[in-house]
Amino acid sequence: MKHTLAVLVQNEFGVLSRVAGLFSARGYNIESLTVAETLDPTVSRMTIVTSGEEKIIEQITKQLNKLINVIKVVDLTGLEHVEREMALVKVHAEGDGRAEVLRICDIFRGKVVDVSPSSYTFEFTGVEEKINAVMNLLKPFGIRELVRTGKVAVSRGAGSSTEIRRRPAGGDAHLAEAG
Amino acid sequence: MELTGAQIFVESLKKLKVDTLFGYPGGAVLHIYDALHFAEKDGSIRHILVRHEQGAVHMADGYARATGKPGYVLLTSGPGATNGVTGIATAYMDSIPMVIITGQVPTHLIGNDAFQEADVVGITRPCTKHNFLVKDVRDLARVMAEAQYIATSGRPGPVLVDIPKDVTAHKTAFAWPDRVDIPSYRPSTEGHLKQVKKALSLILGAKRPVLYLGGGCIWSNAAAEVTGLARRLGIPVTQTLMGLGSFPMSDPLSLDMLGMHGTYRANLAMSNCDVLVAIGARFDDRVTGKLDEFCVGAKKIHVDIDPASISKNVEVDVPIVGDARKVVQKMLDNLPPEPDLAKYRRSLAPWHAQIAEWERQHPLFYQDWTPGSPGEVIKPQWAIQEIHRKTKARSPVVTTDVGQHQMWAAQYFQFDRPFRWVTSGGLGTMGFGLPAAIGAQFARPKDLVLAIVGDASVQMCIQELIVASEHKLPIKVFIINNIYLGMVRQWQEMFYDDRYTAVHIPLQPDWVKLADAMGAAGFRVEQKSKLPGVIDEALSTTKPCLVDIRVDPKESVFPMIPAGGSIANPIVADEALKVHVKDDPNSASLS
Ligand SMILES: Cc1ncc(C[n+]2csc(CCOP(=O)(O)OP(=O)(O)O)c2C)c(N)n1
Repeated sequence: MKHTLAVLVQNEFGVLSRVAGLFSARGYNIESLTVAETLDPTVSRMTIVTSGEEKIIEQITKQLNKLINVIKVVDLTGLEHVEREMALVKVHAEGDGRAEVLRICDIFRGKVVDVSPSSYTFEFTGVEEKINAVMNLLKPFGIRELVRTGKVAVSRGAGSSTEIRRRPAGGDAHLAEAG
Repeated sequence: MELTGAQIFVESLKKLKVDTLFGYPGGAVLHIYDALHFAEKDGSIRHILVRHEQGAVHMADGYARATGKPGYVLLTSGPGATNGVTGIATAYMDSIPMVIITGQVPTHLIGNDAFQEADVVGITRPCTKHNFLVKDVRDLARVMAEAQYIATSGRPGPVLVDIPKDVTAHKTAFAWPDRVDIPSYRPSTEGHLKQVKKALSLILGAKRPVLYLGGGCIWSNAAAEVTGLARRLGIPVTQTLMGLGSFPMSDPLSLDMLGMHGTYRANLAMSNCDVLVAIGARFDDRVTGKLDEFCVGAKKIHVDIDPASISKNVEVDVPIVGDARKVVQKMLDNLPPEPDLAKYRRSLAPWHAQIAEWERQHPLFYQDWTPGSPGEVIKPQWAIQEIHRKTKARSPVVTTDVGQHQMWAAQYFQFDRPFRWVTSGGLGTMGFGLPAAIGAQFARPKDLVLAIVGDASVQMCIQELIVASEHKLPIKVFIINNIYLGMVRQWQEMFYDDRYTAVHIPLQPDWVKLADAMGAAGFRVEQKSKLPGVIDEALSTTKPCLVDIRVDPKESVFPMIPAGGSIANPIVADEALKVHVKDDPNSASLS
């Protein structure tokens, strides 16, 4: 089953490769991964879509938490949440088709972001299934180029599922005396 | 006053109370070596020059495993660092606290395929607990403090710090942090009281409980607590290869090691228990065998500092995340009063009787003679027992390589204390034993340090022997010489119908001459009757010793649970011997 994980990490050199390396080294799937800075520039947020049985997802979560730079991992799948993906797609558009592809764009509330005599570039935002549906409809016209962002997700309601509650440093955070 | 990065590095080591650094110089670390020059002069830090970087890492590892303190390594960039990778991976798999500092090419050359450049942070990412690239000298002191803190806290492990050469020349004020605070790293150590109580009530309701102790008991210093728990409850105890010594193996409650080459009674007790209490162990595949048949029907309690180790391979009923010592102390604090405990202990009598019966059926066993040979053949198990007999009073530190000799040492040496048994369990790194013994002897100059090694394994790091001579370390290296890559030969014999491929090494170095050439004392023994005398002689020599013990080349390790087999069905020695005897052309003379 697919799971959407929100992962807060310290915005540091190499952290993306630590996360990606963990997935490849342990044989977990990554279906999509997005990452960008949060309001706090020292913290980045990743949205990772992965799949596997419950046990695997539990391991993924634990292994992610074990990385020193990972601050918090939330599996949004079990929570009420909103997911979106964005796609930019360049479609062949000449002759009769030119009007038809615009209509499809309209129906799916896409935006035209670039025009040329033989093509349109559209921007679509929505859940994955919507993006898939529109791509299927546009395919017969000839998709010249397609780029999808991968999923981003946020929990519903006023609360924040990824609020960082900094646990006070425990007594053992003191420098361990050698020995 | 401003210090250079190199000086800050040295001052940090002093703050961290590092007394010994194992290393090898090169261009990228020259500034650091220059700063060390002064630290060596004032006696605050000694640097041990090894002969190959792998040796340096294994020495630091042996130093750590013999003391519980973190080991420190200093290597140069490129080939220096890559030579160390096997050692780092070895330490990582066994959760050994260690800090490795590597030089890197100057920051402006990083990524340019500069001379002796390697992406060391990238290469070591999967085999370190964490690693750092220090790009700014102002971060260096903090990173050094964090490196040791991460290496030694939570589930320990190696941490690597990569320092570009220009950073070691840049200057800044030396600002030592008085505490380390890494917001994203807060290992939970306490263990939930509710879970602890749940675990206790499960245990107290058990009729056939077993304690299964792993390396975590050693590293959390929990030996006294787990020993107390086992004795007060009267529960039988088995230990993993990494856990040996966390409970006294001479105690009547000890079932000794479990797993692939564990004792019959330990594996049978595991298979038949109703409550399994795992403490600081990780349900490794060499322990569990076939997972579907592992301890079916037992309720499982698992205490571990690493949440990711819990329910990774085996689903458990009562998980307790925490430091083994603290959790077990909580268990002790919550035990019922002594009269109730006495009653509980008595109730376990049938279980102990059953275990004793398994032991009677299949004790550790080898035939101390070889069909068709005169009585002078040395059996490897006997040789190890003999070394044990002659040294146990001194509670030696014992290191090993990997293979049959390692398993026999685990079976026939008895460890009653932690930090005495030094072996590469997780990675199984041949060549570990000799350098680890050197590191252990540096850490414990007064104690007896033995290395039980294989004739194949020891050749992988033999160059380090001269380091022992140079520093007058009286380590005693016993080569259990079967002129084979014995463990591989055993698998080819058992699972490939005796088709031996690439396992025979009859042309051996002349070990006596080799020892002599390296400034050590060499011995060779081929006759059983001579072995005790040679062991005595080696023990009374102050030099490092290399003892070439020619043993029966065809002996195998039993009991054995074939990889992926059920632990309920170990292959035991006598059955295996029967097969052998049947195939032996001399068997007629046996009956
Ligand atoms: C670096 C490395 N290479 C290969 C192996 C695979 N291996 C495991 S045991 C073994 C044979 C070891 O032979 P020896 O050191 O003579 O010990 P013995 O089994 O004969 O006691 C080999 C090749 C390993 N564990 N480590």
